[in-house]
Amino acid sequence: MSANESNREILAELRNVRKCYGKVPALDGVDLALRAGQLTAVLGPNGAGKTTAIGLLLGLNRADSGEVTLFGQAPHSLMARRQVGVMLQSAGIPDAFKVGELIELTRSYYAEPRTIADCVALAGLDGLLDRRYGKLSGGQQRRVQFALALCGRPRLLFLDEPTTGLDIEARQGLWKAIRELIADGCSVLLTTHYLEEAEALADRVVVLNGGRIIAEGSVDEVRSRVSQRRIRCISSLTEGDVANWPGVLSAKRAAGRFEIIADRAEPVVRRLLDEDTDLEELEVERAGLAEAFVELTREVA
Amino acid sequence: MNTMALTPAQLLGCYYLEAKYEFLRLWRTPSFVLPSLLFPSMFYILFGVLLGGGRAGNDEAARYLLASYGVFGIMGAALFGFGVNVAIERERGFLTLKRALPMPPGAYLVAKLIMAMIFALIISLMLGVIASTMAGVSLSASQWLLLLMINVIGTLPFSAMGLLIGTTFSGQASPAIVNLIYLPMAFLSGLWLPLSMLPKFIGTLAPVWPSHHLVQIALKVVGRDTGGSLGMHVLVLIVITIAFFVLARRRLVEQG
Repeated sequence: MSANESNREILAELRNVRKCYGKVPALDGVDLALRAGQLTAVLGPNGAGKTTAIGLLLGLNRADSGEVTLFGQAPHSLMARRQVGVMLQSAGIPDAFKVGELIELTRSYYAEPRTIADCVALAGLDGLLDRRYGKLSGGQQRRVQFALALCGRPRLLFLDEPTTGLDIEARQGLWKAIRELIADGCSVLLTTHYLEEAEALADRVVVLNGGRIIAEGSVDEVRSRVSQRRIRCISSLTEGDVANWPGVLSAKRAAGRFEIIADRAEPVVRRLLDEDTDLEELEVERAGLAEAFVELTREVA
Repeated sequence: MNTMALTPAQLLGCYYLEAKYEFLRLWRTPSFVLPSLLFPSMFYILFGVLLGGGRAGNDEAARYLLASYGVFGIMGAALFGFGVNVAIERERGFLTLKRALPMPPGAYLVAKLIMAMIFALIISLMLGVIASTMAGVSLSASQWLLLLMINVIGTLPFSAMGLLIGTTFSGQASPAIVNLIYLPMAFLSGLWLPLSMLPKFIGTLAPVWPSHHLVQIALKVVGRDTGGSLGMHVLVLIVITIAFFVLARRRLVEQG
């Protein structure tokens, strides 16, 4: 953690937290600090403990041991939660509510809420205020839930897999809104299983697996935990040949291009150029968060 | 931080909106509104007006059934309003969202209670209109007012019972559970037919049912009760309300 980072105020924190459901540990000694002005992305496969961590920070459940604070207070305290906005995985909002009513009601829980017009603009709800929630599409319902999360002008926003089930356009619209909120000084905890979402938005990434934090840091730091390189080119070589080369982890053809994942790029590139003199459009890059994530979770499993 | 506190006016606004939308939302749900409002009136017209012979001079049956179908109606609104809706909202995660949001504690239950009381008011007014026009029941203004108050306040014990059902059973099971408790209890405490017309053991057993105590209070107003002590009936209802509420409250806390 850089000095700059540790100067930032801690808004919410888990300290050595354990939480079991029956005998199964959902969180097994987790330390997590959410700092002001940052978007922290919590990544992990299903059952990693992401939703449990959010539930503890919101006071929905209590830790078996360890300490949980939200704005320096117990997370179930109303004062602490008035500084927080929430979008849970399933909202279960009754169908008969109208969108405008939901926003009006949720705003009333907060001391200095956003105007309804601001909520509509930020969440993209134009023309939907008079519609019944049950008549909306899945994407529109997610946007309503997002509006409910931001309507109280929260300092900290919890977004539990906010873009699940959204199409690409809707997802990017939500990313844009999240960036606007961060620019406005809001901090965010985001859980997701879309890795490109963390790459696009996160200042900090925390990778959870089996109830433990297995990696954390900036997107680049987590990515650099993985030495793999991705090599792309147009070549007449076949996947079967290249996949057996030493140091090559996988080789496949995607969209007319040859794509190779390797531990080290240099020996593979040298051999590629030797064996295919017509090879074109060679690119080498560090593998993405997706590959890093797969490798990190595999190490533990 | 003090800026986070709601002003008393804001807090009141919160409770108001919560109650307003709880009512509006159910008002838009035909599967709740139609049985809640129509069944008591339909039964009253059927038994109190068409079969009761409550016209011209002899309004005793019509007066009895006015009190008893009032209790029957408000029991339904409270038991279904709490039992089924809490179960569904708990199961679908809406309650979890509400608990994660800084909703003032109590607003959720107060809103549902006010909803049940408004439905109780509407049911009482509908029955009152039918009774005074079609069934020829004539009561003094204070009798009408007392019946209305008994029906509205009488939602409390059944709301607490409904809450316990809603916190115990799933959204799918709860309507069946409510009916299983509601309909037999209504019959066995003389809400459909006077206890005097039923086998004797049913009358002996009646004090077991919470609805028996409420209907006896309502029947006192129209002079048709079986002569039990008012204080005793009220005490039983208060104890039932507190006991069910405490049990339900504990279940709500355990679940989160």
